[in-house]
Amino acid sequence: MPTGPLRSTALEMPGTLEMSPAGLYCPAGGFHIDPWKPVPRAVITHAHADHARSGCGQYLCLSTGKRVLRERVGASAKIDTLRRRERQRVGDVDLQLVPSGHILGSAQVCITHRGVRWVVTGDYKLEADPTCDPFETVEADVLVTESTFGLPIYRWGDARETAASINAWWRASREAGSTCVLFAYALGKAQRLASMLDPSIGPIYAHGAVMKMVRAYRDSGVRLPPIDQLAPATRRAGGGRAMVIAPPSTAGSRWLKTFGETRVAMASGWMTIRGVRRRRGFDRGFVVSDHADFPGLVQAVEASRAKRVYVTHGSSAVFARFLCERGIEASVLETRFSGEEGSDEPTDAPGVEPATDIPGQPDTRPTVSARDEDGESA
Amino acid sequence: MRRFTRLFHDLDATSRTAEKVAALVAFFRDAPTSDAAVALAMLSGRRQRRGVTTTLLRAWAAEEAGLPDWLLEESYAAVGDLAETLALVLPPGDDTSEPLGLAEMMAGTIEPLAAASVEEKREIIRAAWRRLRPEEMVVWHKLITGGFRVGVARTLVARALAEIAGVDAATMAHRLMGLSTITPEVYQAVLKSDSAGDDPTRPYPFFLASPLEGGVESLGDVRDWCAEWKWDGMRAQLLRRGAVRVLWTRGEELATEAFPELMAAADQLPDGTAVDGEVLAYDGHALLGFQSLSRRAGRRSVSAKMMREIPCVFVAYDLLEADGIDLRERPLAERRRLLEALGLPCFVGQCERPASGDPAAAAGDRLFVSPCVAAQEWNDLAAARATSRGRGVEGLMLKRWQSPYRVGRPRGDWWKWKVEPLEIDAVLLYAQAGHGRRASLYTDYTLGVWEGDTLVPVAKAYSGLTDAEIAEVDRVIRQTTRERHGPVRVVEPTLVFQLAFDGIAASSRHKSGVAMRFPRIARWRRDKQPAEAGRLEDLRALLSPAVEGGSS
Repeated sequence: MPTGPLRSTALEMPGTLEMSPAGLYCPAGGFHIDPWKPVPRAVITHAHADHARSGCGQYLCLSTGKRVLRERVGASAKIDTLRRRERQRVGDVDLQLVPSGHILGSAQVCITHRGVRWVVTGDYKLEADPTCDPFETVEADVLVTESTFGLPIYRWGDARETAASINAWWRASREAGSTCVLFAYALGKAQRLASMLDPSIGPIYAHGAVMKMVRAYRDSGVRLPPIDQLAPATRRAGGGRAMVIAPPSTAGSRWLKTFGETRVAMASGWMTIRGVRRRRGFDRGFVVSDHADFPGLVQAVEASRAKRVYVTHGSSAVFARFLCERGIEASVLETRFSGEEGSDEPTDAPGVEPATDIPGQPDTRPTVSARDEDGESA
Repeated sequence: MRRFTRLFHDLDATSRTAEKVAALVAFFRDAPTSDAAVALAMLSGRRQRRGVTTTLLRAWAAEEAGLPDWLLEESYAAVGDLAETLALVLPPGDDTSEPLGLAEMMAGTIEPLAAASVEEKREIIRAAWRRLRPEEMVVWHKLITGGFRVGVARTLVARALAEIAGVDAATMAHRLMGLSTITPEVYQAVLKSDSAGDDPTRPYPFFLASPLEGGVESLGDVRDWCAEWKWDGMRAQLLRRGAVRVLWTRGEELATEAFPELMAAADQLPDGTAVDGEVLAYDGHALLGFQSLSRRAGRRSVSAKMMREIPCVFVAYDLLEADGIDLRERPLAERRRLLEALGLPCFVGQCERPASGDPAAAAGDRLFVSPCVAAQEWNDLAAARATSRGRGVEGLMLKRWQSPYRVGRPRGDWWKWKVEPLEIDAVLLYAQAGHGRRASLYTDYTLGVWEGDTLVPVAKAYSGLTDAEIAEVDRVIRQTTRERHGPVRVVEPTLVFQLAFDGIAASSRHKSGVAMRFPRIARWRRDKQPAEAGRLEDLRALLSPAVEGGSS
């Protein structure tokens, strides 16, 4: 197990980035990155609930992500944007946003300060995804990377094969007269799955939370197959032929019971582990993730050529140790990001606070103890 | 291998019994006999002799995957299943030659391992890795690690084969009992309608009781029920047919060699007898407890010293066969009458040591009949049950006098009415991720109680919480981890659980000096602080002198 120098560490260059009670803060630029409390100026990597919270004075995001961020932070919020790789002087730093391939409008935050380049990846994946811009490698001196799937058991298969098996499942359920229910994050995963479906099999319906984001995607110019929101009167409209995309929080709900005979599946990287799927009682589990798999994480870190790496949420201690053994100076940075729908209880329903997973040792936690703030954040 | 792999994934993909049976029927109908025989052995929980240690397997897999050993261990802790972990980390195979059948795979890559040198083992395994398709990886590793369980009850296998053979499921369950090695010939014989009962060592499928959940009054008239003590031993079937004398455990293991004194005593049974009962460690006046018994069970040979130190008896409570005739369809009342007619002495259990000599031990009695507990009304039985702990028994068994001896665990005729458990509040000290369904969740807890001002571990327990509570505890464990030792997390002592257990014995093997029987979590005491948890002296006070004397 990681011990000694690998324990969670405070950031070593407090002038550029540091941990504040509201999250990652750049004093030289006067902004926070994905703060978990309202702050005057927030740079947002992407619009998932644990990264984008309402109530900040001013938001900055990638231009492609403005519409979905609006959905999250409200109509009156002030949102500024940067084009891909557009350089902007903010206080004493140069700021750039570079696509991270996670969901529509997701970005890596690049900060150049006193000649040192910091890159905060946010969440990312290297696979192609027709619903968002692809991940771009940026060289960094210091890299802050996620590690949601930082164990070698996580290796994603070919996306086309996964799409084929989802469609085959849909077809087989249709033959049996059962409606398919596919659980997925309402933002990002749901739209990506919709793009993988073969609409010739039957009608595609979505839960309201998903539909809201489908509209935001379409408004942003992303092409998706026809998807209908299910009004109460039309729930049985699919007649056992339909595919319904819904947030996992609807599992076992009365809403779901109105479909009659259903077969349920979950689409998530966690479905790699049979026990996780069986525990949740899904008929099927499809391994589809918007995060990098283990080889992807290694590839991204190595391609950045960073000399210093901080690893946040996920298998951070394990992944940091693995990087150290490969000669990259790495350590754990504790944050309150939860990564992909936590391995047991996905909490992506709008307004639901994601579970906080704080790996590592509380007694060596940096500037602030996250436990002190539980329940206070917006 | 393809067909069997598909069966494995089909069984895994559904929780519906009918769909599982249908998948099994489809497999056994289509599979070549040689593959079907191997599959039946695996699905019957037959343990393949492990031809390679998991230590070697892990080390080679780590090397093949280019991973440090510790990272493989971390992965295993997250997955909770070694076969699955190896399947997930190994690189995909590049050998595209013709796929092998299940039997060929067994014969070519698994059976030769036992006799092979370490280098040969490694070559065989690496060749297999190259040849396996990704979806076959899990199944093959389950075969090689000998841990083949797919959540398919043996009764389902019996149902599927019964459907193919055109017989009822109980008949098939009986045919599947006590098979030694399942060769293609044995498999074919199982399907043939005239082959039952020709093997003199074949036991009957066990009838298992369910825990009584409601009150006893719901069972109706007490006179319809036979009450017996629930002995804390090893359930077993003792057969004497001609020269054959065998002892089968409930897990269908032959225990004949572990209990030579019982086999010698079986001579006093008439030819063509099968009795169902319990093996107990008993020295003529005291029950020595399950811990002692488990030192004898599962042995291939037993020393005279061990037989002296841990003498064992067989206490019969049912008669399944007399004069070679299957009695299972007769009502319990009749089977009981015939059992008592065998003339075995009545088992008294725990009793005062007689002042001079011991009649039972002196007579060398090894086979007994379990007595019925007499009652006029349910209150009599409730009073008897309340004396269970002092007697060293687990409570009462309630069996309907009219009931036949059934197969498996159908509810309604046999109930176990266990004594209320003992309880103590204990503090969570260590946690480890669970297996199977509980993979990646911290669900295996080590709990401790106070000795002076330190917390001493007293039990490992892992059940009794709801899924929501498990998720919440999991979160607290991650947040309050103080140290990590491999997969084990040492946590800040903050969580208090009410621990229930069926008994307690002194133990020199445990740091606390006590060993609990069947400890489990009854509930989460959110209302209690760790300082309010129980103390080790409370547990020591529960040790009864008789039990203490009997344990090692």
